[in-house]
Amino acid sequence: MQEYVNQIHRCFRCGYCTFPTDYSYFNCPSYRRFRFESYSTGGRLWLTYAWLKGEIDWSEHLAEILYSCTTCKNCVEQCPMKFASDIVDWIVGARSDMVEKSKIPPEVGRFLEAVQVYGNPFKLPRGERDAWADGIKRYESGDEYLFYVGCLGSYDENGQRMARGLAELLKQARISFGILGNEEECCGNEVYMLGEMGLFQMLAEKNIQRFKELGLTKIVTLSPHAYNTMKNNYPKFGADFEVYHYTQLLHDLIKKKTMKLSQNRAKVTYQDPCFLGRYNKIYDEPRQILQGIPGIELVEMERNREDSFCCGGGSGNFVMDLLAGGEESPSRVRVREAYETGADTLAVACPSCMTMFMDAAKEEGLEDRLTIKDVSQIMNESLPPGQQ
Amino acid sequence: MSDLYEALVNIVGKDCVSNQKEERYFYGRDPGLMKPHEPDYVVMPKTTEEIQEIVRLANKEKIPVVPKGAGLALTGLVIPQKGGIVLDMKRMEGILEVNEKARYVIVEGGTTHGVLKSYLQKHHPNLRHSIPDSPPIATVAANAMIHGQGRLTQQRGFNSDMVSGLEVVLPTGEICRIGSCSVSPYWFSKGPPLPDLTGLFLGWFGTTGIITKLALKLYPCKKIRDVMLFLTDRAELVPDIVLKLGHTEMMEDIVISTQPIPLRFKGNFFIVVFITGDSDEEIEFKRKMAWDTLWEYFDSRDGGFVSITPDMKAPMMAMPSKDTTRFADVRKGGGFEYSGPIAPVDRYPDFVKKLEELASDYNLSYASAARVIDEGHCMMFSFSYTFNRADPDEMDRAKKALDEAAKFSLDQGGVIWKPNIDEQRMMMARMDPNTLKLMGRVKELLDPNGIMNPGNWEAK
Repeated sequence: MQEYVNQIHRCFRCGYCTFPTDYSYFNCPSYRRFRFESYSTGGRLWLTYAWLKGEIDWSEHLAEILYSCTTCKNCVEQCPMKFASDIVDWIVGARSDMVEKSKIPPEVGRFLEAVQVYGNPFKLPRGERDAWADGIKRYESGDEYLFYVGCLGSYDENGQRMARGLAELLKQARISFGILGNEEECCGNEVYMLGEMGLFQMLAEKNIQRFKELGLTKIVTLSPHAYNTMKNNYPKFGADFEVYHYTQLLHDLIKKKTMKLSQNRAKVTYQDPCFLGRYNKIYDEPRQILQGIPGIELVEMERNREDSFCCGGGSGNFVMDLLAGGEESPSRVRVREAYETGADTLAVACPSCMTMFMDAAKEEGLEDRLTIKDVSQIMNESLPPGQQ
Repeated sequence: MSDLYEALVNIVGKDCVSNQKEERYFYGRDPGLMKPHEPDYVVMPKTTEEIQEIVRLANKEKIPVVPKGAGLALTGLVIPQKGGIVLDMKRMEGILEVNEKARYVIVEGGTTHGVLKSYLQKHHPNLRHSIPDSPPIATVAANAMIHGQGRLTQQRGFNSDMVSGLEVVLPTGEICRIGSCSVSPYWFSKGPPLPDLTGLFLGWFGTTGIITKLALKLYPCKKIRDVMLFLTDRAELVPDIVLKLGHTEMMEDIVISTQPIPLRFKGNFFIVVFITGDSDEEIEFKRKMAWDTLWEYFDSRDGGFVSITPDMKAPMMAMPSKDTTRFADVRKGGGFEYSGPIAPVDRYPDFVKKLEELASDYNLSYASAARVIDEGHCMMFSFSYTFNRADPDEMDRAKKALDEAAKFSLDQGGVIWKPNIDEQRMMMARMDPNTLKLMGRVKELLDPNGIMNPGNWEAK
């Protein structure tokens, strides 16, 4: 991680990182929001390098610039240089340095402290983690999947609705699964992205140990964030589980025609979550689920797939919301774009996107014209009467 | 200073003004080798009226104003040499009008080339503009301001030649329209039949006013575009090859590249020829014309067209070319700069010799891409050297090589493109004294308080 110190000077600050592939408009959430070049990836890397060289002192503003990156990986997609794939690691490395020196924005400090003490960033009691889960079975030996719900699915009202809907759908599909309930721990994806490597390691090791004790082999996650870290970071700490995002399971059901689906007339546009799309290249499965439902018309926003515009919630910003305020906050920009497609429904596959867009739709006055639903909810509503 | 900050906030809003160290640091330098100097404020205006207010305030306070696009000239032209206010123009990003019949577009002063390209492709696919090889965040107005060049420069001249109207905020705060738009609702001509007043602004690097709107000529966008690659190892043949290609009046763009890495490229000159057409027949005809024109070099074994693999072709066809930017990192150093003399094409062999000599003397990695301008009236040569940002010694050597290249170019009869302040001084020292005096009088007349991008074109 600390290799960034010897590499970060390589950024030329050319600005390709701010665009999507077709250059139609700015696609870096923080640059789009703030518009000072200091908030582009190039700005962030040059300022970090200046800080490392001692040309500028640490300041809360510098830390805000560094932490306003949602780690959405648009820059990784667009940077023309050979080091492109390392950019997020460099940013996380710089954050890690700031964490070690206790020089982080207060919002970040509160987020990390809450995860450390409460096991979630909302400072809600561990004992309430399963409050959403009446009637949902706890994982026991022999279950095929652990349904890993995550902090948003456990505590956030919108996330809870997603979790309940998905659990019902999995039941309908006769998939054997269980949850950990109050024993579930934060996955640590945001903690990692915020640069708190000690806390991340602790969370990862604790989760892996618990998973191993339970003898589980397959995990299905509600959140692409958890999917990403369990799939890509946990193996470094000895994890060898199969990890799936729920859309992969639902896609399998659609493909095998396991579930009968009835007409569901809706015009739907789909938001690619960064941690599902750009991080793990899962673009087709969620779309094929929607296209597999009779009556659904799928329309694309102009920026989609690799060029998708982040909801602004990554790197803990679904709680800290460093990019909030005003019409140019990414979530508000994106719900406007979704509405402009003529869709009546914005489909999401991530509880972070869900909560960001629910708020944004209200702020934009679109809540009556654009419904935000997650893919499993749409599929649930498409089950024949009596099965929903 | 805090009063000034409050005054700027009152004009553009709190979110669009910064006097914090981080913005001052970033806007106080560019990716090139010129010494940084920080502004006191960075301001992001949205409207012409806001710019007027800022300029009036700056006159009152006698504080410099430096309009900035993306800052990618690499020669420090928007480094605020005397501090003051940097105006980041990129919030003025509108595409205001496309006149399909008169083939021009009107954009705001901070609209980027990338956004314009994308917009035309989507909404006016039969029209195009001259896209430079700078990254897509480069702005149309700043590119015109430095007499930029692009993919249509071989056919149509400098990108500034394609300007067909301006709206400018003068250094004293008045709004002024230049060209046909000063007497007509149409922006089809930058001057004729009127006096061409764009010369008071283009090439002046923001020292005579701030471009808030700009009309740019658009050209037919042919359905097919292709590239051919002619290779010779004799630099002395390049001028004739280029002029012969120009004689066909059929080539979209001609660029001569040379670089020593990979080793098989060393000592070779790649003449990259782009052709366009609306049918396969048209493309084939133009391809045949290029072949026939250069056949004698094939006969004499001095050169020939080489095949282009799909892997090679894709980056060559890209607009803008990402390879131009990638040069910064060929040695994992993150930096490059070039000295770009505009000179007659027959200077090419001498320039190449000097390019290699300087690279050897200063132990630098080099490359050059020379673009033919206006079917051979001149070319923009580039003495391009990479440097490692983490190696001050290499940065120093690169700067010395570029300084030497600039002096050599002038000695050879070239004129330096987008010159840094040192190169401006070198040229002004050689300039006809009455021309220099005229420049000084123009500046004094337009900018009596000397607030506009001071340090640049200080013609006295």
